[in-house]
Order: sequence, then C-alpha cells, then structure tokens
Amino acid sequence: MNSAPWIILFSPFIAVAIIVLATEKFKRISSYISVAAVAVSFVFSVLVFTGENGSASFNWIDLGSFQVKIGYVIDELTKLMLLVVSGVGLLIHIYSIGYMADDKGRSRYFAGLSLFMFSMLGIVLANNFIMMFIFWELVGVSSYILIGHWFERSSAADAANKAFLVNRLGDFGFMLGILLVWNTTGSVMFDELSQRWTSAGISPLVLTVAPLLIFCGAVGKSAQFPLHVWLPDAMEGPTPVSALIHAATMVAAGVFMLARTFFLFTPSVTALNVVLWIGLLTSLLAAVMATQQDDIKRVLAYSTLSQLGLMIAAIGLAAPQAGMFHLYTHASFKALLFLGAGSVIIALHHEQNIWQMGGLRQKMPITFWTFLVGTLALIGCPPFAGFWSKDGILAAALAHENIPAFIAIACVTFLTAYYMSRLFVVTFLGETRSDSAGHSHESPMVMTLPLVLLAIPSTIAGFPAVVSIFYKVPEHEGAMAAIVVSSIAFLAGAISAFLLYKEKAKDPIDIPLFENRFYIDQMYEVLVKWTQDLLANISGFVDRWIIDGGFVRGAGRAAWGFGFALRFLQIGNLQAYAFLFGAGVVLLLYFILFGAS
Amino acid sequence: MVTLNDYLIASGLLFAVGFAGVLLRRNIIIIFMALELMLNAANLSLVGFSRYNLQKGLPDYNAQVLVFFIITVAAAEVAVGLAIIVALFRARQTTHLEDLNTLKF
Repeated sequence: MNSAPWIILFSPFIAVAIIVLATEKFKRISSYISVAAVAVSFVFSVLVFTGENGSASFNWIDLGSFQVKIGYVIDELTKLMLLVVSGVGLLIHIYSIGYMADDKGRSRYFAGLSLFMFSMLGIVLANNFIMMFIFWELVGVSSYILIGHWFERSSAADAANKAFLVNRLGDFGFMLGILLVWNTTGSVMFDELSQRWTSAGISPLVLTVAPLLIFCGAVGKSAQFPLHVWLPDAMEGPTPVSALIHAATMVAAGVFMLARTFFLFTPSVTALNVVLWIGLLTSLLAAVMATQQDDIKRVLAYSTLSQLGLMIAAIGLAAPQAGMFHLYTHASFKALLFLGAGSVIIALHHEQNIWQMGGLRQKMPITFWTFLVGTLALIGCPPFAGFWSKDGILAAALAHENIPAFIAIACVTFLTAYYMSRLFVVTFLGETRSDSAGHSHESPMVMTLPLVLLAIPSTIAGFPAVVSIFYKVPEHEGAMAAIVVSSIAFLAGAISAFLLYKEKAKDPIDIPLFENRFYIDQMYEVLVKWTQDLLANISGFVDRWIIDGGFVRGAGRAAWGFGFALRFLQIGNLQAYAFLFGAGVVLLLYFILFGAS
Repeated sequence: MVTLNDYLIASGLLFAVGFAGVLLRRNIIIIFMALELMLNAANLSLVGFSRYNLQKGLPDYNAQVLVFFIITVAAAEVAVGLAIIVALFRARQTTHLEDLNTLKF
C-alpha cells in the first residue's frame, strides 16, 4: 500500500497535535512546525502527482451490512487538487509568518491553519461520502476557528457564527442527500456508486432529488445564492485566512465535491439546470455587488463569489473539467490577490477602505506588480491564466448551445473586468489620499516572496503547453467565438472602469442598492427575526398559559381550592367531629352490608 | 337460655349509650368515661363470641386474650387521657367542650 497519501493527510494533523499539546507557549516554534507540516504534505503531493493512480481503504466502522471506510482515491482530479491545496497552502503559511508576526494568538492561528489543511486534504483524498462529510464538517470547524481568530472583536465572532450556521444549513441538505443515495444504492463508496447510479431501477424523482440535495452542501460551502451571505462577512478573519480558506481552497471544496460526484448529476437534466442557474445567478449578483464595495477585501470576496458561481455554472453545463480548470487557475490568482491586499493592509496599518489608499504604485512596487498580474489573470486578459479557464467555461456554454448562459457569463466577464480595474486604479494609481498611505512601505521578504511565487502560475498556468502537463482540458468547438466575446467584454469593462475612476478621489457612481448588496442580509435579518419572534410568541404562550397556568399553577390552585373547601368542616367542636366520624362509619357499614346487592 | 344475640344486643346498647355520651355530654371527663363504656361494650361482644365459639368443647380463648389486651391498652389510654385533661384544665381552667373550640377555621 502506498503510504504517501496518508503522510500528506496526517502530517498537518500531527502538527496540530504538537502545537496544541506541547508548543502552545512557544509561538515561533509553533509557526515553524505548522509550515514544516505543510511543506511535507506539498513534497509528497508532488510525489503523488508524478506517481500512479490508485486507491486504498480500510474499514473504520463495521456494523454488518453498514461499513464506513476511511480511504483515499488518487486520480487526475485528486492529484491536481492536492497540488493546489498544499502548494497554495504552503505559500500562505509562509506569508502568515510575516503577516501574523505581532499577533498574540499565533500558536492558535497556526494550529487552526494546520487543522484546516488536514481537513481540506481529507476532502480531496476521500473515496466515500461518509469520510468526505466528516472532513467537510472539519473544514467548517477550522474555518470557524480562523474567521473568529480575533474573537475579541464582536464583528469577527459574529461573522464566525454566521459562517458556521449558514454552512450547517447547506450541510443538512448534503447529509440528507448522502442518506438518500445510500438508501437507494446501498453504498457510499464513489467507485461503487458511479456504477450503481446509472443502473436501471432508480426512480427519476430520486435521480433528480438526490443530486440536488448533495448540491445543497456545495451551495453552503461554496457560498452560492441564497447561502452566499457568510462569505463577505468571513473577511473579518486574518487576510491569509481569507486567501487560503475563503478564496483558494475551502470555498472550492463545493466545486470539487460536485466534480467528484458528477456521475450523480449526469442522469438528471433538471438537476444540472438548477446547478447552472444557481451558479450564474450567484455570479451575476456578486459581480454587481462588487462594483460598489469600498473595502478592498470585500471586493475580492465578491469577486470570489462571482468566480465560484462560474465554476458551479460550468458543472451545470456538464463540463466539470472546465470548472475544475477554472478552480485551479482561480486558486493561484485569487490567493495572490488576497495576499497582495493583505500586504497593502499591513503597510497601511489595517486600513481596508480603498478610498484611503491610492498612489501605492511607487511605495510598494512588488505588491503593485504582482497585484497587477493577479488582476489581469482574474479579469481574463490574455495570456494570463484566468483568460484560458474562463474561456473554457464560455466555450462549454457555446458547445451546449445555451445562449442565455453564454450571455450571462459574458456579462460577468465584463463586470469582473470593471470592478477589478476600479479596485486596482483606486488603490494603486492616482494621488495618495491619506497619511497612512503616504507613510506606507513595501512588506518584508517573507510576505513578498509568496506573492512572486504565486504570480508565476497566475501568469502561465493557462498556456495549453503548461496545462497539458497537469490536466486534460477537452477541446471545444467554437472556441474562437468565445475568445472574441470574452476579449471584447473584458476590454470594455477594463477601459470603462479606467476612464471612470482615473484620478478620482471619491466614487463618481453611487448606487445604494448595489452597495447594500441588494439588502439580502437585511431581508434575512427580518425573516429570521420574524420567524424567531413568531416561534418565541407561540412557545411563550404555551409556556405561560398551558404549562405554567394549566399544569403547574393549576395543580397548586386545585390543592388550595380543596383545602379551602375542607376548611369549612373544621368547626372546632369535638363532638361534631365525633358525630361525623360515627356517621361515616355507619355509611360505610351500610354500603358494605347492603350496598353490594 | 341466653343466646349470642342477647350478648350482642347488650353490647350494642352499651356501645350506643357510650357513643351518645360522647356526642351529647359537655363535660370532657364524662365524655372520657363514655369512651371507656364503648371499649367495654366491645369487650362484652368479644367475650360473647368466645363463649359461643367452642373449640373441642372449650371456649375460644383467643377472644378473651384480646379482651385482656384491650383492658391493658385502655388503662394506658386512661392514664394518658387524664394527664391531658389535667394539663388542659391547668391551661384553660375549664373542662367544658364548648370552651375548647379554638382549632377551627
């Protein structure tokens, strides 16, 4: 049995154990242990990448017909995902050493990061639903810990709660889906399922409902509409966490899971269409919201939402390869953008409002150039990575002759180019608009090195020559039309944003609807408050009038009432008592002797 | 010929007289004596049963043993009861029941 996958999986876990049990007090050692563990995972991921496909598993729980196995499956999907997760993870761990240098809770932070790596790698390696679900939940927990890292800030604690609860909502559907699949086919192993699912005898309803329930999990984890609300708030966490978890890897887990279980979706056109339109809706909404955000991390968060929507849409277009391709390229350039934003934020002493920045081009050259690369990659400028992968999704839409989807994706491309150019122009060009921006300087090596390293794949990861090493992207017909449309859309977006925001000190456009995210959070708040108040009133009524008034006080009142009635028998005359006693005896005797007949 | 019924009627009459005394008299000492009368009515009926329930030609002595028990218990009861009455008299200077009615609503 090949031991490399187990080493990849458990090396971060051992790091967590060591940090929590032994080195909590020694912050520097803790951070190095964590980085070393990811480095080990990365090295073995490279080994696995060059090695053979395979799978192995052992029984974990054995209850007669019900067996839960822990095991790994190594195929093309896993190999590349391992490389992305451990590679991006490694760079972000290194970056964290610099970013978190002054933080008191560094040991806790690095333990959380390692726990996250363990759980994410578990999802990637899992060869069955149960194991995937366990690690899926672990990812949720570690995300909670890391979002709430600065828990003394109430906004961070709230954001952590929100992320966890919203995810639970999706996970509930996911769990139901797993149970339905297991009940229908009697198996949770992916390889067995892929054969049994297509066999006859499964009702069409189940064929549609089960994948949609599974999709619920992805909706929660990958922050799709209507469960997208947690992701922008999750930006309360430290920036490297946002980069690793809420941009590059964890939110991609939903897409990865859909790609892994894609065989469940193929028989149902309805399920695929739902997936497609949820993805496109999220993508469009998020892109529109991003155009009016002023917080540098929030813009990036919405762009993440938007890109995740595209990946989900690609799955819905029955082109999981295109979706995964976009996931890989997105992981590198979005991590790059977030780390660049983190570098800016640290240089400006935790200033996140882009209108307080400006003119950072001269102050922070490395951050500027790498951020430029990330922006170009994200907006799909040829020949950067995002161009190729976004083009793949457009081509998939064309190949399916799904014109509405094609138009929607083109709109997203335009909007992406628009808001990213806006962000870039306002942050790095023009005049410096605040003191902290004026006094900023370039970040230390430990932070700029990951930027440079991430800029490389962001640039070249899309070239067909490079892609062919890693991944097989299917050729699509009509790719030329896709290239033309996406180029026009991106040029239009970039140029219009550049002209609008060049040398501006204030946002020339003000659309409160977009700025306030279509008031979706507020609607949820009202809805939650309304249902909560209703439930509280009902249970309050039951408690006050039925349980308290009826049973508790009722029993007391009844006892008191009987006592009150009996008081009148207490007349104080001994002989009256004796008479009543005698009368009672006589009555009893009468009933015993004569009453029976 | 005296039959069991005669004993029982005498016993019942005695009991009724005692019960009437308990109900109707006002002086607590008289009531106490009436109570004793009721006990003795019970004794009389027991002795009657004993006489007329022959076991191998002999009366049933179980009933007569019970009578001795009752006499013993009654003696103890009289001692306690009289002590209570004395204590009551010291506290209230009366042995009349209509003055002893504070235990009421």
